Amino acid sequence: MARRNAFDELWGVSRGRSARPALEPLARWLLQTPTAELQRRQQTAEAAFQSLGITFAVYGDDEAAERIIPFDIVPRVFTAGEWERLSAGLEQRVRAINAFIDDIYGERRILADGAIPADIVLGNAQFCIPCAGARPPHGIYAHICGIDLVRTGPDEFWVLEDNARTPSGVSYMLENREAMLRLCPELFGILPVRPVDSYPEMLRDTLYSVAPGAAHEPNCVLLTPGPFNSAYYEHSFLADTMGIDLVEGTDLVVDDDIVWVRTIHGPRRVDVIYRRIDDAFLDPLVFNPESLVGVPGLLAAYLAGNVALVNAPGTGIADDKAIYSYMPEIVLYYTGEAPKLPNVETWRCREPEALSYVLDHLDTLVVKLVDGSGGYGMLVGPTATRAEIEDFRDVLKAEPQRYIAQPTLSLSTVPTFTDDGLVPRHVDFRPFVLTGANGLSIVPGGLTRVALREGSLVVNSSQGGGTKDSFVLAADAGAGSP
Amino acid sequence: MLSRTAAHLYWIGRYMERAEFTCRLVEATIRLDSLGHHAHGEQAWRSALSVVGIPGGARLGGDAFSARAARRYLTIGEENGSSVRSCLAAARDNARAARTALTVEVWEAINRAWLLIRDRARPGAIQSTLNLVEDLKAEIRGFEGALARMLRSEGSWFLRLGSAIERGDSTARLLDVKYYLLLPPGQQVGGALDRDQWSTLLQIVSARRAYRHIYRGPLQPWLVADLLIFRREMPRSLAASAEETVTLLSAFAGRSGRQGAADRAARRRLTRIQDLSIETVFQGGLHEWLHAYVRDNAELDSAIAAQFRFG
Repeated sequence: MARRNAFDELWGVSRGRSARPALEPLARWLLQTPTAELQRRQQTAEAAFQSLGITFAVYGDDEAAERIIPFDIVPRVFTAGEWERLSAGLEQRVRAINAFIDDIYGERRILADGAIPADIVLGNAQFCIPCAGARPPHGIYAHICGIDLVRTGPDEFWVLEDNARTPSGVSYMLENREAMLRLCPELFGILPVRPVDSYPEMLRDTLYSVAPGAAHEPNCVLLTPGPFNSAYYEHSFLADTMGIDLVEGTDLVVDDDIVWVRTIHGPRRVDVIYRRIDDAFLDPLVFNPESLVGVPGLLAAYLAGNVALVNAPGTGIADDKAIYSYMPEIVLYYTGEAPKLPNVETWRCREPEALSYVLDHLDTLVVKLVDGSGGYGMLVGPTATRAEIEDFRDVLKAEPQRYIAQPTLSLSTVPTFTDDGLVPRHVDFRPFVLTGANGLSIVPGGLTRVALREGSLVVNSSQGGGTKDSFVLAADAGAGSP
Repeated sequence: MLSRTAAHLYWIGRYMERAEFTCRLVEATIRLDSLGHHAHGEQAWRSALSVVGIPGGARLGGDAFSARAARRYLTIGEENGSSVRSCLAAARDNARAARTALTVEVWEAINRAWLLIRDRARPGAIQSTLNLVEDLKAEIRGFEGALARMLRSEGSWFLRLGSAIERGDSTARLLDVKYYLLLPPGQQVGGALDRDQWSTLLQIVSARRAYRHIYRGPLQPWLVADLLIFRREMPRSLAASAEETVTLLSAFAGRSGRQGAADRAARRRLTRIQDLSIETVFQGGLHEWLHAYVRDNAELDSAIAAQFRFG
C-alpha cells in the first residue's frame, strides 16, 4: 500500500536512481561502504547503548522490562532550506500554543469570540480547573514542546500532533549523534551537519530564565517518577548533562508554599522544577490522591508564584487531539497568519456526520484517542484485520467523543538496515522547541523515529519502532568533498 | 547533595564490596574443596555459607545442602539476598536511581557486572563458576578503578564510605567463622589441614602474597589474625577499614565545617584498635572481640545514616 509510492528522504521519487540535491554525498557513502561494515557499526552502536543503559521500559511486558530502542545507522537529512521553513512553522505554532494556553486559563477571549467551541476546552478532561486564573512566572506555559511532523513529499510537511505536556525523546537525539560521531566520523566530513550538543545548555538557560524573582542564583531540579518510569534514562541523562539535581517526589517538601529539597546538609530552596510527571500525579492534595510520586502542596506553591513548573500544569490541553483539530483556527487567531505547517485532515468523531464517515471508512483511516499517546488505543485501518476493525467499531460507537480519525498518510521513507539489507522504512520526526523568558529556540535536529516492520506506519518505540540520527545541513550545503 | 542520592551511593559501595567478597569466598572455597577429599570439601562449603550468615542446617532455596547447591546459592541464588547476583542487582538498582551522581565509567562497570550474571540460570561446572567469578572480579576492579577517577567530592566519598563499612563487616565475619583455627602464639599448630584453611582465609582477602612480604616466615595462625585485624597497610584489615572510615568522614567535615555522632564513633573505634595488640585480643577471646566489632560497625552504619539524613 502506502510504501509503494512513498517519497524517500534520500532518493526522492527516483527509486534509488539519483539522490536528492545536497544528499549525494550520503548516497555515495551508503553505496561505497560495504554492507558488512555498516552492519558491524550498527551492532557496535547497539552494544554501546546496552552498556550505557539507554533503555526504556515497556508497560505490561515483564520479560523485557528494560529494552534498548533499536538504532539505525543511516541518518535522515534535512537541507538548510527545508529546516528554515520548518523552523518558521514550528516557531509560529509554539507561539500560538503558548498564547492559547495563557488565554484559556485567563481571559478566554478565543472562546468569547467563538473562534473555537467553548465546550471543547472547558469540558476537556485535560483542562486544569485549579490552574484557571493563575499565571505562571513570566507568563510561559509550554516551555518545552515536541511537535510531531510527518512528510509525504518534497514540500509536504504535516503536523501530526503537538506534545506540550512532557515531551520525551531528546536524549535519543543527543545519544544517536554521539554514536554517529564515533561510528561514522567520515560522514561529518562529507556533509555540513549542524551540531545538536548545545541542547542541554539551551534547556538549562530556559529553566533558569523562568525562575520566579531574581533575588538569588536559582536552584533548578528535574522531578522524575523514578527508575521504573519508561523514560527514566532520559531524565537522568538530562539532569546530568545540565548539572542539576534529579529528584523524586519524596526528596521535595513544601512548607508554607515554598518548595525545599532534602540534602545531606538539610533543606535547600527550589525555584524551578522541570517535572517529568503528569499533572494527574503532581500533587496528591489537588489531583490524584493515590499518587505516590508527587509532592503534597506543590500546586499551592506554584499558584503562590514561589516555584516555576516546567511545563506548567494544564498545558496537556494542547496535546489533546480534539484541540489539535482546531489548531489552524488557533494559529490564525493568535498570530493573524495562516499556519505555515498544516494539520493532517482530521475528523472529530464527536460530530455525527464525521462519525458516520469514519464508521464507513474504518479500513482506510487511522483512528486515535483524543488523549492517547505512545501508540496505545489506536486503530490503523489499512493494516488491521477484519476482526480488529469490527471490535474497534463497537468501542468507537460507545464513546465517539473520545476519538478522532485521520487519513492514512503515505509517510516518507528512509533507507534502513534490516535483516533483508537496506530497505525503505517509514519515518516521522519530532523537533524540540524551547520557550524561555528570553525568547524561543530550536535546536537543529530532533528525534527521527522509524517503523522497522515492512509497511508499518507505527513508529512508537513501545510498538517496535526504532530511531535514527537527524542531520540538519548548514546553509553552505553542497560544499561536500568530491 | 540530595540525602536520597547519598544513601544510594553508600549502598552501591556496600553492595559492590559484598559482591566482590562473595566472589572471592566462592573462589577460595572451590580451591579448598579441591585440595582435600570429599568430606573435607563439604565442610568447606558449610563454612563458606556461615561466613555470609547462613546457618548450617538451612535449605538452599529449595535444595538440600550439597557442595553444588552451595555454589549455586552463593553465586546466582536469587532467594539469597547476599548472593553475587542479588548484590549486583541491588547495586545496579541503586545506581540507576542515583545515575546522575555517577560517572559513565562507574555506571558502566556496575551495569556490565550485572549483565554478566543476569541471565545465568545455573553456576555450571566448577571451571565455569571459576570463569564467571573471575570475569565478575575483573568488572568490579573496573568499578574500583572508575571510582578513583571520580571527582574527589561527596559522591565518591559516599561510595567509598559504603565500601569501607562493608569491608570491616565482611573481614570480621570471615575471621569469626574461622576463629577456632586462629590459635594464640605458643599453641600447638595443627597439620596440613589447618594450613590449607589459613591460606584459604588469606586468599579470600587477597593477602596470600602480602602475608609473605610482611611476616617473611611460615604461616602462623596468630599472625594471620594479626594481619587481618591490625595491619593498616593491608587494605582489607579491620584497622585499615576503620582508618579509611575516619578519613572519609573527616573529608565531609572539612567540606561542611560540621561533625556529628558518626565522626566521633569512627574515631573512637580507630583509637581502640590502635591501642590493642593481638595478644590482648586473644586474652579476652577472639570470638567475643570480633562480635563486638561487628556490632560497633553496625552502630556506625546507623550513625552515618542519621548524620546524613538517609531516612
